[in-house]
Order: sequence, then structure tokens, then C-alpha cells
Amino acid sequence: MIVAESKPIKELLEMVKDFKKILVVGCKGCVTVCNVGGAKEVGILASSLRIHGRKEGRDVVVGEHTLERQCDPEYIDELEEIVGDYDAVISIACGVGPQFLSERYPEKKVFPGVNTKFMGGAVEHGVWAERCAGCGTCAIHLFGGLCPIARCSKSLLNGPCGGSSHGKCEISKDVDCIWDMIVNKMTEQGRLSELLEFRPPKSWTTARDGGPRKMIREELVK
Amino acid sequence: MSELKAGSNLEKVLRAGHFAFTGECGPPQGANVEHLIEKGNHLKGVVDAVNVTDNQTAVVRMSSWAASLILLEHGIEPNFQMVCRDRNRLAIQSDILGAYSMGLRNMLCLSGDHQSFGNHPESKNVYDIDSMQLIHTVKTMRDEGKFLNGSDVDVAPKFFIGAASNPFAEPFDFRVYRLAKKIDAGADFVQTQCIYNMDKFREFMKRAVDMGLHEKCYILAGVTPMKSVGMALYMSKQVPGMDVPESLIKRLRGAGKGKVAEEGIKFALEQIEEFKEMEGVAGVHLMAIEWEHKVPEIAERAGVLPRPVV
Ligand code: SF4
Ligand code: SF4
Repeated sequence: MIVAESKPIKELLEMVKDFKKILVVGCKGCVTVCNVGGAKEVGILASSLRIHGRKEGRDVVVGEHTLERQCDPEYIDELEEIVGDYDAVISIACGVGPQFLSERYPEKKVFPGVNTKFMGGAVEHGVWAERCAGCGTCAIHLFGGLCPIARCSKSLLNGPCGGSSHGKCEISKDVDCIWDMIVNKMTEQGRLSELLEFRPPKSWTTARDGGPRKMIREELVK
Repeated sequence: MSELKAGSNLEKVLRAGHFAFTGECGPPQGANVEHLIEKGNHLKGVVDAVNVTDNQTAVVRMSSWAASLILLEHGIEPNFQMVCRDRNRLAIQSDILGAYSMGLRNMLCLSGDHQSFGNHPESKNVYDIDSMQLIHTVKTMRDEGKFLNGSDVDVAPKFFIGAASNPFAEPFDFRVYRLAKKIDAGADFVQTQCIYNMDKFREFMKRAVDMGLHEKCYILAGVTPMKSVGMALYMSKQVPGMDVPESLIKRLRGAGKGKVAEEGIKFALEQIEEFKEMEGVAGVHLMAIEWEHKVPEIAERAGVLPRPVV
């Protein structure tokens, strides 16, 4: 899933301080699962905005709405009827959501309510970790099913570097060295010889480095 | 004798079978050319080549190629270091050409410390290619006259290719394989991380010799004399991949006030004596960090002077 975290409330209040009618839009996708952008969080943010407005002596009207997905025009249409009543829209979906909303409702001022962090998953309750950097040409089978591009601080394809220590990455004791895991796993699986093979420089053309990406599935295009 | 790969002094010394002795010099955090030359002069005639670091510990300094050239102009052979952190493959290959064209002949290929260590932690890291791929790139440009994209290089840069090896990082068992991989990728010589845990290093070298790695590549043992107990503690606790045994810290502590630095040098000298005899070790790389003026004395006491003229 795409993992995000809420923006500090102070930052959000500053962003929308000039608006009296604000619509908070959530998403039932990834951000609901990582507890930052679902119906519940829409409710919490909306209340905060109202309370703050009252404290400031301003009458702020805050609407709440949570879409099935914000990354799908089909669901965004749902806002057609209500969005007209508001001056500002805060989307608490990942970075895709507010952009889709801006594109669909060009006259509205749209604000991002979360900081989108990475593609990953829950490793324990309340803890999410990065797993994929979307490089566009997956090769984790060469590394014991573990991704050195997203999970090695230097994206080394021929690791581990000289800073790997006690299973941790040189950048912090809180970061696992993925190369330590790769070596251990490949050794356990009796595949050490595969790690001795030289991995040539990767083509980053399929990654963000190749420019903004687009995918076209001809058979689905109407 | 087969043809030299680059013809650097370091290569010739090693090729002639001498026990090599290399030093290190960090470029200034500014354009202080005078200070750089002063540091370099301490090493002149005392070592076979001087490593010139490339934004070491991710702190901005005068570029390694420029500092290398300044040393070269003053009659000191540089070992030009390059890290993969700050350049993509275009910049890497063009710097290789530029450095060679200006007369540099040794090049050490490194991944580089992550920028979070340094004084610009906000920067974007590049890591377009890694150190293994960098070694291979320099070799391919040199021996095949090809760029990474396969097109021809118009006059190939001939570098004596260096790599680093850290026997003390983990997983230990993999370290000697990684060294083998660097040699296969094209490393002509290797300089190790500072060695303090001699038992572990002996074991590492035994494995390297068993695999015949010392016959394919010159292995230089890394030595950094400890200046103080504080330095030893810092190295043991704060520097990832550094292995400082408790026994050494005890020994330094036991030296008594005002005598710790001398004890540190004594330990380094004992190490150098052992390396001279150790199978597979072709020389010593002395990293006397901000202690360049001590290098002549250490070299003298280690019995490695005068340096061979080849
Ligand atoms: S190799 Fe690329 S696509 Fe596969 S997990 Fe890593 S970043 Fe994602
Ligand atoms: S310590 Fe491990 S994860 Fe960190 S940069 Fe080095 S190889 Fe990558």
C-alpha cells in the first residue's frame, strides 16, 4: 500500500486560514488502512478545523466526505454535487488524490492533508516500512526476494557496503541493512554463488529518472 | 614482465615486488591550497602514493581531482578517490577522462559514506551505480576502450584501479567473497579499512590467500594509529563497520597520561611488522588522519624508508 502520515495540524490550519467553507475528503484505500485518511480521520480533522475556527471567532463550515478511491475518476464524480458549496478542499488521500481532485475541479483550491511517504506495508501494529521504490523493472528474485533498491540506503546492487554492522545499516541503528538479510537468506537457500555474480549498472529509464511515467493497456482503452 | 596497466609509481613499486607504503590526505574545507601542499609535503618521498579523499564522511571539501592535481604538481603521486554518492554515470565517466587527461594514474573506487553522516544531510544521493560497477566501468574504459553504453572511448584512460575492502563489516563470511568480486570486476589493488582486530584480519587474509586472491590483486593493509583513548572509543562506538577490540582500548588507557599517542604508534608499528611477513599482504596503507606530520617518523621507525625508486 501507499503509506502516508498526517500533516501537523498547525500546518493545515495555516494553509486554510483564509477559508470559511472547507471540504475534507478522505479515501477508503491505502490511507484508510494506514489510519491517516479514512472516514474516521476525516471526522477528526473536520472537528479540529471547526473547533479552531470557533476559538478564533470565525464561523467555519466544514464538510466531510470519504470516497471509495480518490485515484479513480469514476469515484471522484461523486463530489460533483457537493463540492460547489466549498471554497477549499483538503484531501487526506495520498499525493494522487489531491491531484485528481485539482484536475477534476479546476476552480477549487485543493490542499494536501497528508505527507505521502512510501510504498510498503505494516510490519507490526502501528509500524509501516518501505518495500518498493517503483523502479519499473522488478528484480528482487536475484536478491532472495528482498529489494536492495528501495531498502539499501545506497541502492547497491552488489552489496553489502563496508558500513554494515550487526545487521544494521550505517545510517542508523534503527534501519536494517537489507544486504545483511540478502546475504543470510541467499546463504540459507544455498544460493550464495548467485550473489557472487556481478550485477551490471541498472537502467533507470523505467524509474522516475526516465521522466513521469504512464502505462497504457491497449486492450482496456475504449 | 607484462606491460604495466597504468604505469603509476604505485603500480611499479608493487610490480617490482616491494612492500608498498601509501598515505592519505583529505582536501581542505575551502580553497586553502597552502595547507593542502603543506600536508602533502609531509608525505612526499615517504609514501608511494597519497590517497586524496572525495568528500569524505560526506563533508564538502575541495574536489578530489583538483586536490590530486595540486599534489601531482608538487611531485607527489596521488591516488584519486571517487565515490558513487555524488555523481551519476555521465559525471563519473567524464571525471575519469578528465582526471586521466590531467595526469592522474591511480584511482580508488568507493561507494562513499551516506550523506546523512555529513554536513549536507538534506542532499539527494545519486548512487546511479555502485562501487563494484564503478570498478568495472574504469576497467572497461581502460581495457576495452568502451563507455558504459558500449560506444568507443577516443583514447582510453589508463588507470591503476583500486578498491576498498572492509574485513570488519558484516556479514564477515561474505567479506572475502565481496573482495573476490571486486577483483573480478577489475580491482588491481585493494586498501583495507583500518585494522585493529588482528585476529579477525589474520583469518580474513587466510581465507583470501586460500582463494588465491593475493595472486590476482595487491592487498594493502589499512593502518590508522590511535592518537587518544577518546579516538579509540569514538571509532569503536560511532564508526559503523569499525572493530576496535577492548584489549587495545585497555592498552591505550594503561599507557598513562601523555603517552597514549606513543602507545598508539607502537601498536601501529607492531602491526606493520606483522604485515610485512603476513602472506598475501603487499603493503600498508597508512591513514594518519590530520596527523600527516607524524608520517615521516612512523615510516622511519617502521623501517620502510627510503621508498624504492622504480
Ligand atoms: S526491484 Fe523495483 S519494482 Fe521491485 S521491489 Fe524493488 S523498487 Fe520495487
Ligand atoms: S549498510 Fe547495508 S543497507 Fe546500509 S548502505 Fe550499506 S549495504 Fe546498504
